Amino acid sequence: MRLSNGETLSQALYGDTDPAGASGYGDHPPRMGFFTDTSVCIGCKACEVACKEWNHVPEDGLLFTGMSYDNTQGLGADTWRHVAFIEQSKPLAGQIAGVQHDSDQLRWLMSSDVCKHCTHAACLDVCPTGSLFRTEFGTVVVQEDICNGCGYCIPACPYGVIDQREGDGRAWKCTMCYDRLQIGQEPACAKTCPTDSIQFGPLDELRDRAQVRLQQLHDAGVVDARLYGEDPHDGVGGDGAFFLLLDEPEVYGLPPDPVVTTRDLPDMWKHAAAAAATLALAAAASFIGGRR
Amino acid sequence: MSGGDVTRDGLRGVRPDRDAMTGNLDGERRKPGRRRRGRAEQQMVPDAEFTSYYGRPVIKAPVWEAPDIPGYIFLGGLAGASSMLAAGADLSGRGELAKVCKVASLGAISLSALALVHDLGKPSRFLNMLRTLKVTSPMSVGSWLLAAYGPATGVAALSSVTGFLPPLGAAATAGAAALGGPVAAYTGVLLADTAVPAWHGGYREMPFVFTGSGAAAAGGLALGLADHGIPMRQLGPARAFGVLGAALELVASEAMEKRLGLVAEPYQKGNKGAYYVKAGKALTALGAVGAVASMRAAPLTRAAGAVLFLGSLATKWGIFHAGFASADDPKYTVVPQRDRIERGEQARATAD
Repeated sequence: MRLSNGETLSQALYGDTDPAGASGYGDHPPRMGFFTDTSVCIGCKACEVACKEWNHVPEDGLLFTGMSYDNTQGLGADTWRHVAFIEQSKPLAGQIAGVQHDSDQLRWLMSSDVCKHCTHAACLDVCPTGSLFRTEFGTVVVQEDICNGCGYCIPACPYGVIDQREGDGRAWKCTMCYDRLQIGQEPACAKTCPTDSIQFGPLDELRDRAQVRLQQLHDAGVVDARLYGEDPHDGVGGDGAFFLLLDEPEVYGLPPDPVVTTRDLPDMWKHAAAAAATLALAAAASFIGGRR
Repeated sequence: MSGGDVTRDGLRGVRPDRDAMTGNLDGERRKPGRRRRGRAEQQMVPDAEFTSYYGRPVIKAPVWEAPDIPGYIFLGGLAGASSMLAAGADLSGRGELAKVCKVASLGAISLSALALVHDLGKPSRFLNMLRTLKVTSPMSVGSWLLAAYGPATGVAALSSVTGFLPPLGAAATAGAAALGGPVAAYTGVLLADTAVPAWHGGYREMPFVFTGSGAAAAGGLALGLADHGIPMRQLGPARAFGVLGAALELVASEAMEKRLGLVAEPYQKGNKGAYYVKAGKALTALGAVGAVASMRAAPLTRAAGAVLFLGSLATKWGIFHAGFASADDPKYTVVPQRDRIERGEQARATAD
């Protein structure tokens, strides 16, 4: 099966691609994204506040979790930026020869999580109404006047980002401030970030910048530094919002090897067709064999 | 935000910003060229235990609720398989069996559509399901399937009950039978096309579990009405269909759990889904044996039918709840992905 742009269905569901072009935008602006460099995050949560203020995101529960300084807990319908706090008994990053690091030393990891705006977005693929759509900037946005609250996007997301808003029934998530992008402004979180941990810009540029930063950290001996979601050949075709992390992704609550569920969809349909045919055969056999 | 203030004494408050080093490295930046050998310092021995963020789930569990969604899946399977029985019964001159199966299909699919609408966050917008057709969305494909299949079962049932327009009724019966298989099978794709580990990992077998379970329910319903609506002598095919369906369901379930490995756990222990799955298997096996053993006894046949029906119901509930358990525990998301990385088999789309 070939789509209107000449791709096969499998190609459209997996691998490196220009998502806006593949979605039918002929002449479109460069793909925009976030590079969240957690090595300079100070955990101030200004991004969480700015996001709420700009996007009129309602209150998301006030409770004490005991999870370090994180009472926000995770991304959801009413939390589009979430700052994770991790306290570890590990030496501070950057291990210098000849310096004794105490084993009970504390290090803090802080990271501002956000919707990844995947190249192959499962939420968008499985949305039955067309409420979720791809913008000209290559981002993924929910149209709240279309969403009927079927909830399919929620378990489809490999990162657990999108969720249903209580008392509203519809699904909500980060829009990468689509309204601000359209008038050439950067998203509220990036605008407010005091350390430039959240960097916004054309994705190509951000990927180059991230490589330079990674090299800089490795050269300085921060061997734990690694990029997450920047590779266009990964299981989701690369994230529009990617990260520089200082530990394994799962430490931050991120899946170590996410795959867009729809990669396997052609195979799923084949198996369903075989199952339907098997049922028909069973019915036919029942009438031929079960004459009594 | 960056930079500092320019004062008479020079720059003040200039911060290192995005070039800042972590921890104690500030101002002590290592000279280039003294970098340690590559990434050799990274942890070489994988953790025996998996790590997570305060034990919180990585993915979001569905917001779907019981009985709506497991009921929807069960009723879809019951309806689809009943439509097949109805068509066969018409062709082989089993009037009562045909009529009961047609009415059952209509009733089941109507209830399942209601369950689906009831589960929506915005039920008033249920027609948005038919705003577009997306092959990448099993829910969209399913909505269109139901939009075609539902009316077909309606016409078939009405014509059968009233005796009006037999040719139209026959066409609708054939149409419903042709769509019955896809209606019973697509719900397997519906669940599997998510990031829920216990559902996605079983995508090859899930449609077979569901069609088998649908046949067991449809056969069970017909057997349950032995001599109370359907004469015993018409029930041979329903008996065979129910038994074949039960066998298909049990074999496919075993294959699915074998493939899932660690992620099969939620189907086996530790949550209410596992109890339903176990009950479903036991009832399905018992019902199948009963259906074979009760050839001449109507009361036993009715009992076997009821057991088959309940077995199918329990299986759907079990798979539904076990999926939630697999989504809520980060282990089932992290460990298989981490294993892929350790084996060097992480997801790669080759550049072409």
